[in-house]
Amino acid sequence: MSRTLHIDWTKCDGRGLCTELLPGLLGRDDWGYPVARRGDRTDIAIGRDDAEAADEAIKLCPKLALRVVGGGAGSSGRPAGC
Amino acid sequence: MDEALWAFGRVSGFVSLALFTFSVLLGILNRSGRRLLVLPRFSISLLHRNIALLATVFLGLHVGSLLLDSYAKLNVIDVLVPFLGAYRPFWQGLGTVALDLVAAVVVTGLLRHRLGQRTFKAIHWLTYAMWPIALAHAIGNGTDGTGKWFLVLAVASVAAVGGAVIWRLSATFLETAKAREGGLR
Repeated sequence: MSRTLHIDWTKCDGRGLCTELLPGLLGRDDWGYPVARRGDRTDIAIGRDDAEAADEAIKLCPKLALRVVGGGAGSSGRPAGC
Repeated sequence: MDEALWAFGRVSGFVSLALFTFSVLLGILNRSGRRLLVLPRFSISLLHRNIALLATVFLGLHVGSLLLDSYAKLNVIDVLVPFLGAYRPFWQGLGTVALDLVAAVVVTGLLRHRLGQRTFKAIHWLTYAMWPIALAHAIGNGTDGTGKWFLVLAVASVAAVGGAVIWRLSATFLETAKAREGGLR
């Protein structure tokens, strides 16, 4: 199973940090909320190139609205070192 | 050696307060969701955190050097329990209160992902108490605290932080405030 970035919409407040870190995956709507550029809008597939940026986005999300779902061993959804 | 510790204790306290002032301003700006000129939002977030951590390091040096200095007559109890000091106990006690608040804010900040947003935020709000208490401690306890240059800087800092708080409470604070009001059309 590939890794996906899960957006918890009950927590997301559209602050925009994730859209800056993952410009290839996420756009931003007029209200500031992230919009997946393709595919599912809540569980966004993370490519190899975006893995590191996705981890940063999870760490820095001011509302703790992001986590990683799926992927190999060791990805519990909680960023390492936090 | 004592002279050096005393001088270092004073200057490190000043540096710590200046850095905390910066961090508070960046924190409020960060909350608005706005960029700062060319700085992206995540950079402001990281700057806010790293400047606060640097300020905490200087706070540690401030307390540590004055603990070792015989002139300040500071002991370990004064570091944890406020208002028992030998020299200007009230103003020194404010420093102790600020130190305790910084400790709480920093520890919960570093453990944000484990504590959850609600606990983190509740404690993080204590910063709004910490900053004026620390400033009062600097003015009331610092050797240079009532000096002209310090008071000018203090007034400028209060104006900056006060202005940021007023902006924070205004209706147009959020980057997306206008859109979320339904003012798109």
